[in-house]
Amino acid sequence: MSEPIVHMESIEKHFGNVIALAGVTFDVRPAECHCLLGDNGAGKSTFIKTMSGVHKPTSGTITFEGKPMSFDSPRDSMEAGIATVYQDLAMIPLMSVTRNFFMGREPTKGRGLLKRFDTDTANKVAIEEMKKMGINLRGPDQAVGTLSGGERQTVAIARAVYFGAKVLILDEPTSALGVRQTSNVLATVDRVRKQGIGVVFITHNVRHALAVGDRFTVLNRGKTLGTAMKGEITPEELQDLMAGGQELATLEGSLGGTV
Amino acid sequence: MATEATPVVDERIKAESFMAGLMKRPELGAIAGVLLVTVFFLFAADSSMFTLAGFMNFMSPAAQLGILAIGAALLMIGGEFDLSLGSMIAFTGLFFGACVMTFGLPLILAIPATLVFAAFVGAINGQIVIRTGLPSFIVTLAFLFIYRGLSLVGLKWATGGSTQLRGVREATAADFLTPIFSGDAFPGVFTALGDMGLIDTFKNGTPKVPGIPVEILWFIFIAIVATYVLLRTPVGNWIFASGGDANAASNSGVPVRSVKISLFMVTALCAGLVAIITVLDSGSTDARRGFQKEFEAIIAAVIGGCLLTGGYGSAIGAFFGAIIFGMVLIGLSYTAIDQDWYLVFLGGMLLIAVLFNNMIRKRVTGER
Repeated sequence: MSEPIVHMESIEKHFGNVIALAGVTFDVRPAECHCLLGDNGAGKSTFIKTMSGVHKPTSGTITFEGKPMSFDSPRDSMEAGIATVYQDLAMIPLMSVTRNFFMGREPTKGRGLLKRFDTDTANKVAIEEMKKMGINLRGPDQAVGTLSGGERQTVAIARAVYFGAKVLILDEPTSALGVRQTSNVLATVDRVRKQGIGVVFITHNVRHALAVGDRFTVLNRGKTLGTAMKGEITPEELQDLMAGGQELATLEGSLGGTV
Repeated sequence: MATEATPVVDERIKAESFMAGLMKRPELGAIAGVLLVTVFFLFAADSSMFTLAGFMNFMSPAAQLGILAIGAALLMIGGEFDLSLGSMIAFTGLFFGACVMTFGLPLILAIPATLVFAAFVGAINGQIVIRTGLPSFIVTLAFLFIYRGLSLVGLKWATGGSTQLRGVREATAADFLTPIFSGDAFPGVFTALGDMGLIDTFKNGTPKVPGIPVEILWFIFIAIVATYVLLRTPVGNWIFASGGDANAASNSGVPVRSVKISLFMVTALCAGLVAIITVLDSGSTDARRGFQKEFEAIIAAVIGGCLLTGGYGSAIGAFFGAIIFGMVLIGLSYTAIDQDWYLVFLGGMLLIAVLFNNMIRKRVTGER
C-alpha cells in the first residue's frame, strides 16, 4: 500500500486542564477514504482542527509526505494541500456559485491598475467543475442560497479539489442531509477518492462510513480505539466501539437492534 | 454564456424570464424609484425643473450626498456601518480649513493632508470596531458625537471663539487646484454651446448653466470606480464575502480585517472629499457641516439595494438613491407642495426600500 500523505502520531491536545486528545494516531493515504468515527465529545472536531492547523498539538508529531510538519495557521495547512470542509461550509448564501467558488482565490487578468477579476474564466471553471461533480447549475450567477444542502456540500468539495487539495477533510458532511442528498455526497466522496485524493471522512453515522470508507478509526474519549480495514468489521462492532462498549450493548437489547 | 454552459436542462427549473432576472438586481429598486420620482415631478413640478439648469440644480446636492452614499454602500456591503460620517465632514472640513487658513498651506499640500487625515480618522473607527468586536453601530455612534464635539472645540480654537471659519474662498481663489474641487467644469464647452444656441442663455449671451458643477463629475467618477471594484476585481469579491459571512470568508483566505478597515478608510475619504468640496464651494466651514448626512447616506444606500445585514448591494444603486434624494429635496421647491414634506418622504422611502430589499433577498436566496 502507498505511503501516507499525512501521518499523525500520538497527538495530544490539552485545553487548560481538559485533555481533549490523549494520544491519537491517524494517517491517510492517497486515493483512500479514511473514516474517523466517534460519538459527540469524542474529540473529532479537536482532532481535525489540529490536522487543519487551527490548533497546535500539545505533543505528538505530524508528518506530511514523509517530512515532519508544524502548521501555524489554517493557511499553512491549506497551502500544503490539506483542505477542510467544515460543517458551515464557508459558503455565503447571497453570493453566486462562482463568487463563492473563487472566494479568496480569484483568478485575475490584466496587470497594474487594470488587474481585474477574470469573471469569464471563473464562470467557466465553476460550471465545469460542478458538472464534473454531477451538478448542473442554472447559471454561474446562481446564488448559493438557492442550492440544497447536498449541492452546497458538493460546491465546497469541488472547490477544495479544484484548488489542489491532496487531503480533503470532511467534517460530518452528511449529518444534516436527507437520504438522496446523502447518497449524492457519498458519490462525490467516491469520485474525489478516485482522483487520488486522500479523504478524511468524519461522521458518527456508521452506515454512511461503511458506504464509502476504506479504513475506519474510532475515537472515544480522546483516544483512538484502533483502526479496521473495510470488511474486517461489522456495523455493530463499530457502533459498539463508538459508544464505548457496554452501555449501548445493554441498550440494544431493549431497542431490538435498531440503533 | 450561462445557457451554452448548461446543456442539460433540469426539468424542475422553469425558464427565467427577463423580468425575473431583472428583479434580482440590487439596484432595480433605486432605478424604479428614479423613474417614479421623475414621473411625479413631470406632472407636479414647474417645467423648468427639467431644463438643463434645473437638472444641475438637483444633481448638485445629489452629488454631494451621493459621494457619501457610495462610500456608505461599500461599507454596508462589507457588513459595517459608519454613523460618524456626517460628523466626519465637519471634522475633516475643520482640518482642511485650518490647513488653509491657520497654517496657510497651498491646496496641493492641504488637500492631500486632509485626505490622509480623513483616512486616518476612518482607520481609527475601523481598528476599534475590528479589535473590540463591538458592533460598528455603537462604535461609530460614539464617534458621531466625539467628532462633532471635536469640530466645535477645534473651530473655537482655530478662530478664537467662533464656530465658523471664513475666508477660505479668498485664500484659495488663485490656487491652480481650486477648479478641480469647486465651481463648474468645462465652462468653455458651455459657452460654445450657448453661442451655438444649443443651450439656454441669458440675454447677454452667457449660458444659464456655466458648466457642470465639479461635484457631479466626482460623483460619477466615484460611482464608476466603486462599481468596477465591486463587480470586476478580487477586492470586490472580498467585500461581498466579508459582509456576507466574515467567518466563512476568512476561512476561505479572504483578509477580512484589512478589507473592513480599508472600507472604513474609503468611507472616511468620501467624507473628506465632500468636506473639501463644500468648504471650497462655500468658502467657510462650520461645526454643523454634514449634520445628519450619515443617515441620509445610509438611506440612499438602502434605497440603492444594500441590505442592513451586509453582503449585498450595489454602488450604482446608491448612485440612483442619492439622485432620488436630490430630485425630491430640490424638486419640491418647483411644486406648490410644502418643502417640509421632504422629511416625510425620506422616512417613507426608507421603509419601502427595506421591505422591497427583503423581498429581493428572498428571491435571490430562494427562501420561501
